[in-house]
Amino acid sequence: MIPDQKDDALFQYLLRLGDNTLVLGHRVSEWCGVAPALEEDIALANTALDLIGQTQMWLGFAAEVEGKDRNADELAFRRDVWDFRNLLLVEQTNGDFGKTIMRQFLFDAFNVLNLRALSKSSDKRIAEIAAKSVKEVEYHLERSRETVIALGDGTEESNKRMQAALDRLWPFAGEMFVIDDVDTAMFDSGIGPDLAVLRKDWDAIAIPVFNAAMLTKPDSDFAHQGGKSGNRHTEHLGHMLATMQFLPRAYPNARW
Amino acid sequence: MTQATTDQIWEWLDAVSDPEIPVISVVDLGIVRGVDWDKETLEVSVTPTYSGCPATSIIALDIETALLNRGIKDVRIKTQISPAWTTDWLSEKGRAKLEDYGIAPPRAAGGPDRCPRCKSQALERISQFGSTPCKAQWRCTDCLEPFDYFKCI
Repeated sequence: MIPDQKDDALFQYLLRLGDNTLVLGHRVSEWCGVAPALEEDIALANTALDLIGQTQMWLGFAAEVEGKDRNADELAFRRDVWDFRNLLLVEQTNGDFGKTIMRQFLFDAFNVLNLRALSKSSDKRIAEIAAKSVKEVEYHLERSRETVIALGDGTEESNKRMQAALDRLWPFAGEMFVIDDVDTAMFDSGIGPDLAVLRKDWDAIAIPVFNAAMLTKPDSDFAHQGGKSGNRHTEHLGHMLATMQFLPRAYPNARW
Repeated sequence: MTQATTDQIWEWLDAVSDPEIPVISVVDLGIVRGVDWDKETLEVSVTPTYSGCPATSIIALDIETALLNRGIKDVRIKTQISPAWTTDWLSEKGRAKLEDYGIAPPRAAGGPDRCPRCKSQALERISQFGSTPCKAQWRCTDCLEPFDYFKCI
């Protein structure tokens, strides 16, 4: 691969990492002040904070690789929907608390595995960011896993809601493991993991949790796609960006 | 003016409080990773605790201010993310101060071993998270007081 193409693949790859944490971080932060219990409110806000912190590292590095004199803030606040490279899963609306926790669990399990692999990346900077992030994300997974089980194996009502959340989000889970040219380029250069292996490891985490939570994994492997490639996001992302980006767009270059 | 020794500077930094938990210093917290003179410039390497911790930028500012007040003209704060911060780097002095302050220090077991107030071992977890990214909420079932636990990472 010629150097420019390799840099572009790396840039795209870093955008995926940073946009996942940015979009999910913003989504989770929407609970701040309105979560069902104070402890959950604090937990969600802290999770969001970790994800936003990780975004600064990923998008900061993405901006350097791009070399167009942009920074993490500009990438976060001055791109529109079609330039975002996050998974469709993380842009889905919060719904009820059950759906938020299910989305978190599906992603956390992937994120932990991905970051563990990336902490051994041939790219030193990626390995450092991943090693830092994975410590925080292991903690997220511990909580989302326990909460999925507690709610799934809870009351009739909470079980019904968790099953509805899983059914609704399942078609968005498959995109995490779709392998495209960017993933292949990253894998070939020792930067990124083999997503086929990650899928097996993810199943090994997720399926026992569904079982313990008395939830039925949907049979269909149909997967919506278009988030990480940027080809087609769901309608929700644009609405989210309208809120998230309002201030820096209305008041360009405003400083704290 | 002769350059202050790095030992002297470490001592000065040990007087800079953590902005969220003022009883311990930034040195106790284990986030100052290096102090080196680069000709006339003093470079201080600082590692963030949690990547999204809002106190990080305040800490950098507090360190810089403290050193400028000590007469050092040129200070450069370097953010260093690797190796990633771990609560293993909390000093023994820092752990003792945390407990005196009412915050149970981190333990590899993943939870506190005793109530920082009445020392009872009858404890329950309220939440895995707390008022800052580095803490979780626990409660003593003997004295019934809730308390912060410094998460082990």
